Amino acid sequence: MTSGATVNGGMRFVDEYRSGDLAKSLAEQIGGLVEPGRHYKFMEVCGGHTHSIYKHGVEDLLPDEIELVHGPGCPVCVIPMGRQDDAISIAERPEVIFTTFGDMMRVPASHGSLLDAKARGADVRMVYSPLDALKIARDNPDREVAFFAIGFETTTPSTALTLKRAQAEGIRNFSLFCNHVTIIPAIRAILDSPDLRLDGFVGPGHVSTVIGLRPYHFIARDYGKPVVVSGFEPLDVLQGVYMILQQLRDSRSEVENQYSRVVRDEGNPLALRVIAETMKLRTTFEWRGLGFISQSALKLREEFADWDAEVRYEIPGVRVADPKACQCGEVLKGVIKPWECKVFGTACTPDHPIGTCMVSSEGACAAYYNYGRHAGRRRRESAPT
Amino acid sequence: MEGNGSPVGRSEEEVLDAIEERRRRPRRKILDEQITLSHGAGGKSSHDLIEALFLRELRNPLLEPLTDSAVIKDGAGRLAFTTDSFVVRPLFFPGGDIGELAVNGTVNDLAMAGARPIALSAGFIVEEGLPVADLDRIVCSMARAAEAADVQVATGDTKVVERGKADGLYINTSGIGAIEHKLPLGPDAVQAGDRVIVSGPIGDHGMAIMIARGDLALEVELESDTAPLSELVADLLAATDGVRCLRDPTRGGLATVLAELALSAQLGITIDEASLPIHPEVNGACEILGIDPLYVANEGKLVAIVAPEAEDDALAALRSHRLGSGAVTVAEIRPDPPGLVLLETSFGGSRVVDMLAGDPLPRIC
Repeated sequence: MTSGATVNGGMRFVDEYRSGDLAKSLAEQIGGLVEPGRHYKFMEVCGGHTHSIYKHGVEDLLPDEIELVHGPGCPVCVIPMGRQDDAISIAERPEVIFTTFGDMMRVPASHGSLLDAKARGADVRMVYSPLDALKIARDNPDREVAFFAIGFETTTPSTALTLKRAQAEGIRNFSLFCNHVTIIPAIRAILDSPDLRLDGFVGPGHVSTVIGLRPYHFIARDYGKPVVVSGFEPLDVLQGVYMILQQLRDSRSEVENQYSRVVRDEGNPLALRVIAETMKLRTTFEWRGLGFISQSALKLREEFADWDAEVRYEIPGVRVADPKACQCGEVLKGVIKPWECKVFGTACTPDHPIGTCMVSSEGACAAYYNYGRHAGRRRRESAPT
Repeated sequence: MEGNGSPVGRSEEEVLDAIEERRRRPRRKILDEQITLSHGAGGKSSHDLIEALFLRELRNPLLEPLTDSAVIKDGAGRLAFTTDSFVVRPLFFPGGDIGELAVNGTVNDLAMAGARPIALSAGFIVEEGLPVADLDRIVCSMARAAEAADVQVATGDTKVVERGKADGLYINTSGIGAIEHKLPLGPDAVQAGDRVIVSGPIGDHGMAIMIARGDLALEVELESDTAPLSELVADLLAATDGVRCLRDPTRGGLATVLAELALSAQLGITIDEASLPIHPEVNGACEILGIDPLYVANEGKLVAIVAPEAEDDALAALRSHRLGSGAVTVAEIRPDPPGLVLLETSFGGSRVVDMLAGDPLPRIC
């Protein structure tokens, strides 16, 4: 590293979206749009937003009238316990090297996490991309390498590409345990839930780079709710909130794109094509907390059965109820705030999580706990002066 | 707040109070049935293991402060004593290797007591099959590091284990040092109003190692900051009597060191995010991987807590040394909230900075 490098972390294309001065002026404009006495509930769909909101203290800049409700868009959080058990059963096969994103390693299943399975002797390795898993397969021809594929449309294309590459190179000691899910059915489930009244959506930025804006139109058209697809920097989120408020002021409900520097209206047709070539919708799939949602997840097409871990290995495939005390489901639906869960911060903490929302850095509970606000400060702020 | 009320009748403030209580109080027993990698990550689980097992069984006045070095009274003088094990992978990385790290790591633990290093021990656990040329290179590098830190490797030990039982080479070093100043350095000396200075950009070592492993497919030129800090500390202590406490933010990073300090001093610490020195390469890599540089390891940086009136002298002394040229004030000690670290974000918000839970694992989308 050159010693003359600028310090203070200057980052082009990032710092611009974290400016405190811009935030202050945008917050004032937001304050100007808020009708006194009205309570606004906006759901940020994506866990990336939740993380950013807590990490940068975005709520500190919002008026009291605006409540941000955390949505289901955290890939780790929505995987149900039964699928985690299935993953561990594959990982514990002696011939298998089980590869996974880091967050999944700490998710508790019926008998401990993948990290515990690793400590018991399973060969579990953390990777940053499915292509890394494929490389491990290439480097270990005498072992079988399985990859725990999870995530929304954001990560699905890279899994699909990996699959095509495995096919092209004829790598046979590689398989995918596919748990890819799609965001739209989950949003619809939340809109149809009687538990929650929402005034608008901060739409997922990275999912939209793939699927584009069209899939959200039913939210504006059929449910009359504004949707603003937003980026993940704190100023993006603030601007998303501002744009929703403008729609509400004008009595509009439209799908707007705040994140136009990345998201194109039509999405990424190339990515959609590679997904369609390798995967198809499952009839139904269980989501943690949300239960079974029809046509909400993907599985590998028959042509790729040789690379399908669910075909290659006998897995328990048993539906396992969440621990009784755990209310991740309600948190994921935005029905309760993390702190309203019975075990939040007592039996369930980031170092000893019970539910998924406390594991992933994008989980609402982990974000709330790790980047929590200080109680004394809140009290001082809300105290009459 | 609107909503469904609390199912357990706790208000948000009560829940936050309860969490803050939890953050301040170490666990009394280990909840895990087996050791996992989390116990070695330097965060909460490591802390719990130390408190609930090692300290429970081995408690004594020398061990109890859990500082970088134990301070032993030896007649009229004071000695610092410390130990550290090195299991880094890969053995060679940009900016250093396991040998240099093993010397500097222990020298720095001594330096954090304000001690001049006198002698080190070196224990080698070598895996069958390690090329002698590699070991040769590592030991040469230890010799150079010892010379640079003006310390002797006075005793040593070698064990060889079967192939597959160690990842090439593990090294343990212990060290003793002479404390020649009169200051009662440590968390107990820290007072509200004190300033927190770091000696330079944070996170270089941890990110350099992550990149060197080659799993990330990131092309970033980053070097470990491994360096002996005893001379820098000597310069600092010679320049001012206002130093209250010194720590080296290794595993767990700056955040963990400050969280531990807030806990043991029972004072609050407020970090100004905008003031944190971070190389853009480190910040960029962290951003991509979803890792917070506050939690990334350093091997050649120190954290100095100094009295407010000593701030300028301390900064000047650090900056006049090659290893402290990037020194800046990043935080302030406050009476409130006791035992907690807060961070004022550049964006205008604030949040709590807690010890690391688990490994610093990346977000996945």
